[in-house]
Amino acid sequence: MPDALLPPAFADLERYAPKWCLASEHERYAARLASSMDEMQEFYDACFPRAEEAIAYCDQFPLHDMPDDATRLLQLLYSLVMVSFPVEVWRQPYVPDSGAAYLDLVLEPVP
Amino acid sequence: MYGFAKPAEGSWTEHYPELGTQPISYEDSISPEFYELEREAIFKRTWLNVGRVEQLPRKGSYFTKELEVAKTSIVIVRDMDGQVRAFHNICRHRGNKLVWTDFPREETSGTCRQFVCKYHGWKYEVDGACAFVQQESEFFDLDKADYGLVPVHCDVWAGFIFVNLDREPRQSLAEFLGPMITAIDGYPFDRITERFCYRAVVGSNWKLYMDAFQEFYHAPVLHLRQQPAVVSVPSMEAGYEGLHYQIYGPHRLVTSIAGRGWEMPADYLKPIDQLTRSGLSGPWDAPELGELPAGINPSGAEPWGLDSFQFWPNFTILIWERGWYLTYHYWPTSYNTHVFEGNLYFVPAATPRERLAHEVAAVTFKEYGLQDGNTLEATQIMLESRVLDRFPLNDQEILCRHLHQVAAEWVDDYLREQTRELSEV
Repeated sequence: MPDALLPPAFADLERYAPKWCLASEHERYAARLASSMDEMQEFYDACFPRAEEAIAYCDQFPLHDMPDDATRLLQLLYSLVMVSFPVEVWRQPYVPDSGAAYLDLVLEPVP
Repeated sequence: MYGFAKPAEGSWTEHYPELGTQPISYEDSISPEFYELEREAIFKRTWLNVGRVEQLPRKGSYFTKELEVAKTSIVIVRDMDGQVRAFHNICRHRGNKLVWTDFPREETSGTCRQFVCKYHGWKYEVDGACAFVQQESEFFDLDKADYGLVPVHCDVWAGFIFVNLDREPRQSLAEFLGPMITAIDGYPFDRITERFCYRAVVGSNWKLYMDAFQEFYHAPVLHLRQQPAVVSVPSMEAGYEGLHYQIYGPHRLVTSIAGRGWEMPADYLKPIDQLTRSGLSGPWDAPELGELPAGINPSGAEPWGLDSFQFWPNFTILIWERGWYLTYHYWPTSYNTHVFEGNLYFVPAATPRERLAHEVAAVTFKEYGLQDGNTLEATQIMLESRVLDRFPLNDQEILCRHLHQVAAEWVDDYLREQTRELSEV
């Protein structure tokens, strides 16, 4: 697959890549709020069992010298972290009782 | 009940008898008049942390800080000799804001050789000297030497940059910080530089958010659902007890236990924490930081989880046992609003696995912070009803009691000084 976003070993996760390979927390948080629980549960169920392998794959490279497909795989893992709260804790996309509150990440390490 | 030891007096609060034990008023958090006094009495007269030296990596690096509470903006810059300086962000010609990008009310940063005013092109060296006046010969008896930028007192402790807007600070920065805080000098802040910065406008008085993060009595209740029930239910039943509380001058400290995921059975942990070996308390695999200074965990309490140093007036450094730290800033914008800024600092990740562990800590921090932030607005709304004017604080809320007392003292001192000056006229 020449247009694949993820390394070939993670072709089974490719279908989640266009939506969840996002470079910033701001985008990942927005994707979480805009997703249904079914959608996040499916992504979580598919990604979580592959996560340890994905971390090990990324770890072959120094953090600041990763090929693009490995960087995207790491971004997919960041999204797994993001959806873990709705899936593991809240059973809903947003933090209960957080109504009007927001907390914007205005600066974060790259990647 | 954990039954952690308390001072001989029987409580932390009575160990500091000047605090009293009576219910307190929150009038200081709902009164526009009191807020106006705080601006003059506190924020224009004390040392304020505005950032860290890593934000000024090179000669000519600068950043601006909007200090709405003091009705000014300042620019902090590393000059060509490497010294950190601060100036009011105002052009000496006709008062235009000197350094800004696109939006005059927003903060900016960068690197330059000189500051150039967008309005008429006056230029200033990064040490503040006026370097160039457009069409200088059109002016009348103007000597550039008289038109340097207006300096702000500025000093650095442990890499933290402080400013003081007072004409002549009453204390040096080191005197102001005092021995409880300078005893953490030597903590390797300069190695812990990977930064996540969160910001929010919060609909409450600044002191209410300080209160929220200087007691953990709320934690097992408000954040009940953040952990598996096997942990959270017993933890709510047990309640919260601090390991150690300390007050020195206007500053305060709480030492606390914290979650130790690496010692817990799997069913006590969220799957994502197990997978990434991380969580609210930070990455389980801590960096090697060497021996810590004596001021960290000063009572030698075990099992030590964190120290939260509350700097007067609006700054917190929270040091985790796992070798990372947080800072909080609460910048007032009105009597019932403020800008909250929370920074997480880690030893820079070398591997993707380490970076992912940092991500988990950062995302978890936000989940907790969102619960805290919204609760504050709910508190502010009802305090403003003035249905009640006295509120009981327990021993675990000793630091809240102290903060409000210090605010009252500084305002009283200011008012006394004003009265004295008037009587001398």
